[in-house]
Amino acid sequence: MTKFLAPAALLALGALALTGCTDNNATASADGSIAVSASDDACTLATGTAAGGTLKFSVKNEGTKVNEFYLLAEDGLRIVGEVENIGPGVTRDLVVMAPEGSYFAACKPGMVGDGIRSPFTVTAAAAGQEVSADRAALQQTAADQYASYVKDQSQQLLAGTEDFAAAFAAGEEAEAKQLYPQVRMHWERIEPVAESFGDLDPILDAREADLEEGQEFTGWHRAEKDLWAPKGYTKMSQAQRQQIADGLVKHTTELVTRAQALEFTPDKLANGAKELLDEVATGKVTGEEEAFSHTDLWDFQANLEGAKIAYEDLAPLLEGTDDELDAQLKENFEKLQAQLDAYRVGEGFKYYDQLGTEQVQELAAGVDALSEPLSRLTAAVVK
Amino acid sequence: MGEEKKAGISRRLLLTGAGAGGAGLAVGALAAAAFGGQLPEKQATDTIEFYGEHQAGITTEAQDRMHIVGFDVTTQDRGKLVALLRDWTAAIEQMAAGQPVGGADTGSYDAPPADTGEAEGLGAAHLTVTVGFGRSLFLDEHGKPRFGLQGKLPEALIELPHFSGDMVEEQRSGGDIVVQACANDPQVAVHAIRNLSRLGFGTVRVRFSQIGFGRTAKTTQAQQTPRNLFGFKDGTANILAEDADALAKHVWVGKDSTDQPWMAGGTYMVARRIRMQIETWDRSALREQENVVGRIKSTGAPLSGGEEFSEPDFAMAGSAGPIIPVDSHVAVLHPSAHNGVQMLRRGFNYTDGSDGLGRLDAGLFFIAFVIDARTHFVPLQKAMSANDAMNEYLRHTSSGLYAIPPGIQPGQYLGQQLFES
Repeated sequence: MTKFLAPAALLALGALALTGCTDNNATASADGSIAVSASDDACTLATGTAAGGTLKFSVKNEGTKVNEFYLLAEDGLRIVGEVENIGPGVTRDLVVMAPEGSYFAACKPGMVGDGIRSPFTVTAAAAGQEVSADRAALQQTAADQYASYVKDQSQQLLAGTEDFAAAFAAGEEAEAKQLYPQVRMHWERIEPVAESFGDLDPILDAREADLEEGQEFTGWHRAEKDLWAPKGYTKMSQAQRQQIADGLVKHTTELVTRAQALEFTPDKLANGAKELLDEVATGKVTGEEEAFSHTDLWDFQANLEGAKIAYEDLAPLLEGTDDELDAQLKENFEKLQAQLDAYRVGEGFKYYDQLGTEQVQELAAGVDALSEPLSRLTAAVVK
Repeated sequence: MGEEKKAGISRRLLLTGAGAGGAGLAVGALAAAAFGGQLPEKQATDTIEFYGEHQAGITTEAQDRMHIVGFDVTTQDRGKLVALLRDWTAAIEQMAAGQPVGGADTGSYDAPPADTGEAEGLGAAHLTVTVGFGRSLFLDEHGKPRFGLQGKLPEALIELPHFSGDMVEEQRSGGDIVVQACANDPQVAVHAIRNLSRLGFGTVRVRFSQIGFGRTAKTTQAQQTPRNLFGFKDGTANILAEDADALAKHVWVGKDSTDQPWMAGGTYMVARRIRMQIETWDRSALREQENVVGRIKSTGAPLSGGEEFSEPDFAMAGSAGPIIPVDSHVAVLHPSAHNGVQMLRRGFNYTDGSDGLGRLDAGLFFIAFVIDARTHFVPLQKAMSANDAMNEYLRHTSSGLYAIPPGIQPGQYLGQQLFES
């Protein structure tokens, strides 16, 4: 076992001098994880060496400050894996895939500075467990590809919103009704991105029940209610429609501007894909999202596409590391798409209120079938 | 409860803990004899005292099962309503003592039995029955007084507002009268509601009823903190029966804290059926789950560290904002964010089977007792609806607020303070 001291001490003594120090607190655990005891002034690993493949560090914060744990590449700069926000007394795991090579392990008590570092050696992997040396590059590629997609979809959303707003404001109902589900698909494809802007999302996409008493009802669903007016509803005046239309364009412009600056990471992609299916499960398959227009299947299709894009961007990270999950996701994406394709009508879909109970039940089961393996994607791609 | 099954003898003799607020327990000499040396020094039976300053079922050590029902009064006749409250009082007294409704006399062979019979041999199982009145008992839909109760509506018995995200179903909400039966045996709780409903036919009709199968709060120091259906410990920071100061401050209506003297010694019950999106929750990463709750799933400790009962440190910095996220459940609803306001929570896990889409229709039947919902519930629920990350996984499907009158003495009937004040 090796014990590493705070940076000041480390500088004075030199890393090698510390080899051989022991600590009774840190032990290798039965499940093969490497115990790390992190205090305010020390970072003790149960071992400084492990075989290549999937490594699991079990980091216990024995100190009083919030801690972080990093596995850094040989250059001491590139982060191979990290776990943040380890509160005092809390144990967090870091699961990371590392090929043979030299690394640094680092605790960062108080979340400041370079951390308490120690060399960590990964030896040759057992046969069949080799890890691609360019995993970091694959992760970056996935993030970059998805960023381009978000950019493209958000720009199309803005263009479409402008068309819809113009038609709606002008009282061209047939045109507006036709555009409504089509334009919203751009929104629904990147819905987790839109929802990440907590101030804009309710202005643009709140349903009436989402609002508090006295809160103004605006955005897409305000227009939806006016276009597909329920019984006893009083239609908006031209001025009111103009106001809703202007708000849609203004806030979508803001959203698109902000979306360009977003940075993506593999966990965000994978979590976003899972959230899109959650959206389908809780809002679309129940017919609650589009209470007046019943265009829920357009949204369903868009959510599914957005999730599939994220999965496809991430798929290279599963190759050779979790082929089973990859195959399961591929199959279930195809199956659910085939289920949905059965309801295509011309350019669009059947309206939700035309679906029978059994059809909705089948769709819900298909969503569940895909959502389960999809919920395991994040853990598979971040390591 | 576990101990009862192991013992394999009549539940009437069993001890299931130190009991509710000490004074509420009757002494059973047989219980002591049966347990011999295993018994703690305090003696107890499975009955909870029905009479007292406050109604039972509030600070009573939270039982494991609940059946709650909302009634609408169908008669216009104040006399008939009062007669029902008298009948209920007598029946509750008997059931709380582990006796059948109507006593031991089985009556005529040619008449239906007074008691429906399914609780025979089960004992009282710590049964408590708590009765309260909704705003609609006092005023009809046109705002006209009912049952001669003009001037008796407490200001605090407001109409709860629509909170953001509410999907409240009217037929599950409100009601003129609420009756909460809690017990450690589900059949005892259901038996109580069934028999009270039966007594009420012609005077009241059932508006909704809900079964809870597992407590989600601890209300005494002796109890373990239970888990809700999110798998997290719930009610860690609850008001406990032993904390007289907190009860006086946050739960019991005092003579000087109400415009209605008949409410002194009473409290207000908030009841909300909160469905959980169980399946999407189960698919969320542990990281997400803990950040939503603000606590460690396994231990219940706050994310700022320590153990279950450690105070959360909301100022402790994490890598991106506080280590306990500002939109976590504990951060949004902690008393420190609400002028120290606390509720006595006494909710239950529920499931009503599955919905038509193959998902569990399950969640938390939230029950809280507070001195005034305007200060102790509405602001907290508003904050929760607006800011709590947990909303993503919740759906509020019912809502009710009820005035719980004080307890009574032998010879009185439940609600007498209201009808004879």
